[in-house]
Amino acid sequence: MSDVTTASTEVEKPGAAPERERAASLWGDAWRQLRRNPIFLISLAWIIVVTSMAVVPRLWTSIDPRACNVSQARLPPSSEHWFGTSIVGCDYYAHAIYGARQSLIIAVVATAGVVLLGGVLGMLAAFYGRWTDTLISRVIDIFLGVPFLLGAVVFLTVLKIRNVWTVALVLVLLSWTYIARIMRGGVLSAKTLDYVQAARALGGSNSRLMFKHILPNAIAPVVVYATILLGSFVAVEATLTFLGVGLQAPAITWGVMITQHQVYFLQLPGLLLFPAGLLFLTVLAFILMGDALRDALDPRLR
Amino acid sequence: MGRYVMRRLLQFIPTVLGAMFLLHYLTSIGIQFSANPVRALFGDRTPPPELLQNLSEALGLGDECLTRKGDPCVGLFVDRMQNIFLHWDFGVNFRLRPVTELIAESLPYTVRLALIALLFEAVVGIIAGVLAGLRNGSFWDYLVKISTVTVIAIPIFVLGFVVREFVGVQFGNVLRGVDWIPDLISQGVFGSVYKSDYPWASLIIPGLVLGSVSLAAAARLTRTSILENTRSDYVRTAKAKGLGTNRVVGVHTLRNSLIPVVTFLGVDLGTLIGGALITETIFNVPGIGRLVVASARTGEASVVIGGATFLVLVYLITSLLVDILYAILDPRIRYE
Repeated sequence: MSDVTTASTEVEKPGAAPERERAASLWGDAWRQLRRNPIFLISLAWIIVVTSMAVVPRLWTSIDPRACNVSQARLPPSSEHWFGTSIVGCDYYAHAIYGARQSLIIAVVATAGVVLLGGVLGMLAAFYGRWTDTLISRVIDIFLGVPFLLGAVVFLTVLKIRNVWTVALVLVLLSWTYIARIMRGGVLSAKTLDYVQAARALGGSNSRLMFKHILPNAIAPVVVYATILLGSFVAVEATLTFLGVGLQAPAITWGVMITQHQVYFLQLPGLLLFPAGLLFLTVLAFILMGDALRDALDPRLR
Repeated sequence: MGRYVMRRLLQFIPTVLGAMFLLHYLTSIGIQFSANPVRALFGDRTPPPELLQNLSEALGLGDECLTRKGDPCVGLFVDRMQNIFLHWDFGVNFRLRPVTELIAESLPYTVRLALIALLFEAVVGIIAGVLAGLRNGSFWDYLVKISTVTVIAIPIFVLGFVVREFVGVQFGNVLRGVDWIPDLISQGVFGSVYKSDYPWASLIIPGLVLGSVSLAAAARLTRTSILENTRSDYVRTAKAKGLGTNRVVGVHTLRNSLIPVVTFLGVDLGTLIGGALITETIFNVPGIGRLVVASARTGEASVVIGGATFLVLVYLITSLLVDILYAILDPRIRYE
């Protein structure tokens, strides 16, 4: 009996510091592989940079993005204004730095919501099976059938109030299905494993089985997908703004910056390209990080 | 197989009804919280209450429940479903045109756009994927890897916009200044937006933009699939018995590797039709995505419900066809 319990504690604490002589856990192995992966490290560095822009923008600029001077409008990039100034004379570099905040908040809140909602429903569907599974799977089908952007536009047109929270809410409602399906698949295959059966035979409660035994083995693909989702949500926020249903002008986000200045593209391409470039790099960093995580967490690829 | 298809078709019923109720609920809440959209037709004039009521009835928005905030309007939903399934009546828009007619009108544009995108993505995606997969780790492999990741990371509206400005406007203007270039090229293909005079030519560039997003996915899928198959036993056997490289690659590797790619492209056709919205907006294509979005803005609930339900059906049917196709292409897969 003691053998079984020690065996399961090894699995359930994947992040615990691996001892040298013993084979490390999945996450320990993954981390050792990731540490040597330059693409992962560069992506991580960029994400840290963008996060610091979002959390402490003053670290990057001392200029207030809302202190605009119309007589200074449309200046080309210079040592004073690195990205030039916008059509109403705001410092565009400061704008770009402050723009990271709301874009990232939406992405992080939406991803957290998706993982929570999708993860819980996927877990319940797979763990309890029978009618719970049928019900949840049908609901997943319904939401999956609605085209993503079209659904988002309809939702946000109805909501009328567009702020960080409503946009994130809509993103959660339309994307939780992906995570739910991944989670359901992972739990379905994990729940038949021997140690789960053993834990059940030993009288482990349902919640203990779910959180201590099944979850650690089903979470890896969810983490990978959530990383990629973070990136795509940053892009989706900008897209929704472009379609006129995202955040609106006084708000400073990369999406608003791109949308506002696209009419001036041929005269002042920088006003579109600077925020678009930051957006592109951020999305790229999340995708590459997700790819690297997938490779590191999939034992078959080692 | 027959039983499997029947079961899948039966599963469509709750899914479609669920999606319709979702859309019905949303549009109803929209009306409940922002007043009767029919009122907006009168502009700044105040219509007599009877007139407003009668017009709302005629447009299908006269139900009492649309004034009670938060009411799911089950009665109205049942009425709508009866009209749709018993009389094939999806309602009308605010100009009294039937929704079925509007969908039939805008669908050809979206389908043409999606087909161009699909063709582009299939041809270029598969060629790039095969090149990268066969020469794993080579220059080509890295080129394909980098370019596909780059394309995924550019939001499609930025890509579409920049392409329209540079290719359609700037480059198109140069072409339009040259006499001997036929109008089909200078006005049609490089015409910057959709033009009804060139129903196919002016959709080529929008189609390429639309296809570029899933192009990356197609190329990566082909690459992984080729990589997996070149390591398989039957390819080794084919090589060992002395078949030429062309035959080993063309018949033994490629045909098996393309199975997942073909199914991906099938699913993607549904996604492209439902996701053409941004491309349609940028290039001014009067397709179904724009129809639904414009109707959502004006509060034409029946157009939103009809159009979006149609897209849900397209998605469901393409995914069913793909599953059947999978079983035909790959004899190892059997549905019971």
